[in-house]
Amino acid sequence: MAFIEATDLVKTYSPKGSPQVRALDGLNLEVQQGSVTALLGPNGAGKTTTVKVLTTLIQPDSGSAFINGVDVVAEPQAIRRMIGASGQYAAVDQNLTGFENLVMVGKLYHLGTRVARQRATELIELFDLVESQNRTVKGYSGGMRRRIDLAGALVIRPPVLFLDEPTTGLDPRSRLGLWEVIEQLVADGTTVLLTTQYLEEADRLADSISVIDNGRVIAKGTADELKASIGGLRVAVTLVDESQSEAARTLLTRFGSGETAVLNGRTLVVPVQDGPHALAAIVSAAAAEGIGLHDAGMRRPTLDDVFLQLTGRTAEADETETEGAA
Amino acid sequence: MTTTMSTTTATTLRPIPGNAVTRFLSDGWVTTWRNLMKIIRVPEILLFSLIQPVMFVLLFTYVFGAAIDIPGDGYTSFLMAGIFAQTVVFGSTYSGSAMAQDLKDGIIDRFRTLPMSGAAVLVGRTNGDLVINTLSMLVMMGTGLLVGWRVNSSPLEFLAGVGLLLLFSYAFSWVMAFLGMSVKSPEIINNASFLVLFPLTFISNAFVPSENLPTPLRIFAEWNPVSALVQSARELFGNVPPGAVVGDAWPAQNPIATVLIGVTVLLAVFVPLCIRKFATISR
Repeated sequence: MAFIEATDLVKTYSPKGSPQVRALDGLNLEVQQGSVTALLGPNGAGKTTTVKVLTTLIQPDSGSAFINGVDVVAEPQAIRRMIGASGQYAAVDQNLTGFENLVMVGKLYHLGTRVARQRATELIELFDLVESQNRTVKGYSGGMRRRIDLAGALVIRPPVLFLDEPTTGLDPRSRLGLWEVIEQLVADGTTVLLTTQYLEEADRLADSISVIDNGRVIAKGTADELKASIGGLRVAVTLVDESQSEAARTLLTRFGSGETAVLNGRTLVVPVQDGPHALAAIVSAAAAEGIGLHDAGMRRPTLDDVFLQLTGRTAEADETETEGAA
Repeated sequence: MTTTMSTTTATTLRPIPGNAVTRFLSDGWVTTWRNLMKIIRVPEILLFSLIQPVMFVLLFTYVFGAAIDIPGDGYTSFLMAGIFAQTVVFGSTYSGSAMAQDLKDGIIDRFRTLPMSGAAVLVGRTNGDLVINTLSMLVMMGTGLLVGWRVNSSPLEFLAGVGLLLLFSYAFSWVMAFLGMSVKSPEIINNASFLVLFPLTFISNAFVPSENLPTPLRIFAEWNPVSALVQSARELFGNVPPGAVVGDAWPAQNPIATVLIGVTVLLAVFVPLCIRKFATISR
């Protein structure tokens, strides 16, 4: 049995005035001990709901989940003694200092005052917060809040760590800093389940990636396997005139190695084998056929491309859906 | 990786020995401490919850005091029990908005992933209100004494009156905490509670003798639990005006029993409701 094992998880919501939402629709997940697994998907795909079920915050309508053989639904307190959880919304008390926040968490894990203070001191050093440890969190930057929140998840040195979009909304430098901390934890053997919207993040941190959409896993594998499955480089062009999109699609498909996707009317993307060569060929063919290009370039596969390939539609990152559906 | 993994798992920190009761007390103390720290770190909360009752004492004493003729010690002594009751009822709304805010901030989610007692979070929350309400009472009493309020009862009766007011506010905090967990934003609690609490405190005997009210309002006032609270405090502080008419309704005749029954019912209903609600909420 895998360290984390979820089987056929179903969770539905009935928001007032709108049709029922199946946040989880038969989701299966296995996470091996000591590995990092990423749940990759757009907002509303069911990533956060999965984490909420596994961290005992919500109960599934049906299905089962076990962590190290302990039933998540039947024995939530036993689960809480072995997990650490940190989310995209830093859940720390704004009116307490960084140090006080960590001591409070330690006391609520019933470690006793002495051990709680000792552990808080260690974590403050690990997360490079020594200078600001006695200031209230209210004055912390976004990156610092995220760090103190993550530190809170590590108070008991949990064997399992859940990270729900740990770097969403962070600037690139803070993101890099957080990645380094997570990598260090992984090197120490912690089992990690993280959710992310960024292929790059999953790529860097995860041993295994489960792509989820509409509440179920639609593909899984290592980062390399997933990338290989959706092909390599893309050529993307932006048209001057939207009415030429059909002509442009035919043209791109001729030089590409897969189907051409039309994003928001004017932008078209096609997977290609030999990037520079295909780009040059497309640009000159477009000029010859009188298709005006505003922009043309090569890029690496993105989450959008994975989705496009797997679902035939784009992974819309609709911010307004984050709250309820996620 | 396998070797380092086993050491990490082995070093996972274990809780110190303890039983359910000591853990509950410890969790309750930690969350109470957290709420007290907020009062210290955000002094505006306390400041406004103190200024408002002082302002009410002064406004009512000097604006209405001249117009409303109360025999005996006069309007100020009549008024104080009413202001106390109004303040502790409004003071309890803080539990609602603070609970809604904690939920929105994700702190409740954090607490719910910890192996702590959920009930302790609620106890810590309502304890925080109790501290604010106690401080408000002290400041109001000082202000009342300055503008002519006098206690005409034994110290024991006086303490019983204060105790009854705080007990009522404590029970009401649980009602508000439940509402706080049931709404989507803290602002809703503030607005909604005003709609309910203003009529509840004003259609009562808090600020004017209820026998002068039009019949439908008078009947409401006589059955209003806030009236019973005010009447209890007035009796226990020795502030009942001579010759005051007491309504025929049972609560008006038995105010202290009414308050005690009311508090028991509120706690018996809302403590379990809150605990059950808390066990399933998430931001």
